[in-house]
Amino acid sequence: MAVLLFILVAVATPITNIDAHIAYFSVIWLALAIAKIPPLIVIKRSLIEIPFVAFALLMPFFGQGERVDFLGLSLYQEGINAGAAIIAKATLGVLSAILLSATTTAREILRGLEVLRLPSMLVQIATFMLRYLNVVTDEMERMRVARASRGFEAKGIRHWRVLANSAGALFIRSYERGERVHLAMLSRGYSGTLPKEERVTISPNQIVLGLALPLLALASLLISVSL
Amino acid sequence: MREKSLEISELAYVYPDGNQALYGVNLSISKGERVALLGPNGAGKTTLVLHLNGIIPTMQGKVRVAGELVDAKNAESIRSIRHKVGIVFQDPDDQLFMPTVGEDVAFGPYNAGLRGLELEKAVKDALELVGMSDFIDRPPHHLSFGQRRRVAVATVLVMKPAILVMDEPSSNLDPAARRELAEIITSLDITLLMVTHDLPFAHELCQRAVILSAGVVVADGQIGSVLSDSKLLEAHRLELPKGFTL
Repeated sequence: MAVLLFILVAVATPITNIDAHIAYFSVIWLALAIAKIPPLIVIKRSLIEIPFVAFALLMPFFGQGERVDFLGLSLYQEGINAGAAIIAKATLGVLSAILLSATTTAREILRGLEVLRLPSMLVQIATFMLRYLNVVTDEMERMRVARASRGFEAKGIRHWRVLANSAGALFIRSYERGERVHLAMLSRGYSGTLPKEERVTISPNQIVLGLALPLLALASLLISVSL
Repeated sequence: MREKSLEISELAYVYPDGNQALYGVNLSISKGERVALLGPNGAGKTTLVLHLNGIIPTMQGKVRVAGELVDAKNAESIRSIRHKVGIVFQDPDDQLFMPTVGEDVAFGPYNAGLRGLELEKAVKDALELVGMSDFIDRPPHHLSFGQRRRVAVATVLVMKPAILVMDEPSSNLDPAARRELAEIITSLDITLLMVTHDLPFAHELCQRAVILSAGVVVADGQIGSVLSDSKLLEAHRLELPKGFTL
């Protein structure tokens, strides 16, 4: 049940992020925790961050106030700070998400959220999303194949009408499926709550382990402030 | 007289849009009988099925399951009715909504108040009955259609229903999966109401056939004699596959 710990981390890290200067410390701690995950995978998965980085790199060129000369470029101090903060925070966020997803299955994350007392309605919605995501994407794929089989190619804006119709049909189908699923649930005695895993117990050790990461980050924040 | 698992008398239903689906249906099924409910598309079969556990409230007439009146207004009785009537819906993706097979089978008994070891055992036993024990921790979307249908049957069997209702159980199954399902059904000691267009499948599994057409029961009898009455079948848009003889 390492689940919980990492969720706690993921939830707690953004708080420590507020002070962007200190955030670098937590990155190190995160990297330490990641140790067991092949670095290549971490890097690959981090690629998702690139758009943010690109945006952040542009920031120094737009802004107001104090200017700094760097490599012959005239940059705005404020923009540099903001850009750096974005990169730092995004990296932290991405890394912790990678940590969570690499160590925990989606099902376990949901269980963890339940134990953390997330409103059960939200957990239920997420559970169904997990179950039906594949069903709906399959349906989408079938519709795409059906369109393509009749010679349709989405080439430009003139074809958006067809795509919009397909999206509409998909929406209605999903809605109807939702109704049928609800009927099936009622037929088996659904009364507002999904069965819970009862054997979930959290030992103090797990809590300590889970809190280690955010606590270390917090500690580094406090130290840097007092210096 | 044998104990009745299901008694329907003078059941009529009009949809809110004014479309009348049932015009006074009478049907009685004894304990242990396996009955095929046949009828063309739009005959009211699904409407009838949804009456059996009070999903559609009874408008006129009476439905009794194992002697208990289905009354949609009485929440307590509806709960016990829903444990007595096990409906297997047509699309297993509608029926299997939990992240894993085991959790899905546990859904019904959990709602009935089963917990812990008892719950685990009930789940295991039900999966055993349909030969899907090895799949307990698998997510439903990784199973084949036939396997999902079998799990769907398990999710209902686990409730130990007084009557098992199956809506088009053989649809979309390949021949082997269809045969496996037939074997599972024959191995169960249970009252069965099977809604289907698959006449050979019905003939293989049921002793009795009921034809519902345009909201009324037009034939009810021994399945061999119902299916050999070609005029009757033709009048109600039912056909045996070409070359098939009883």
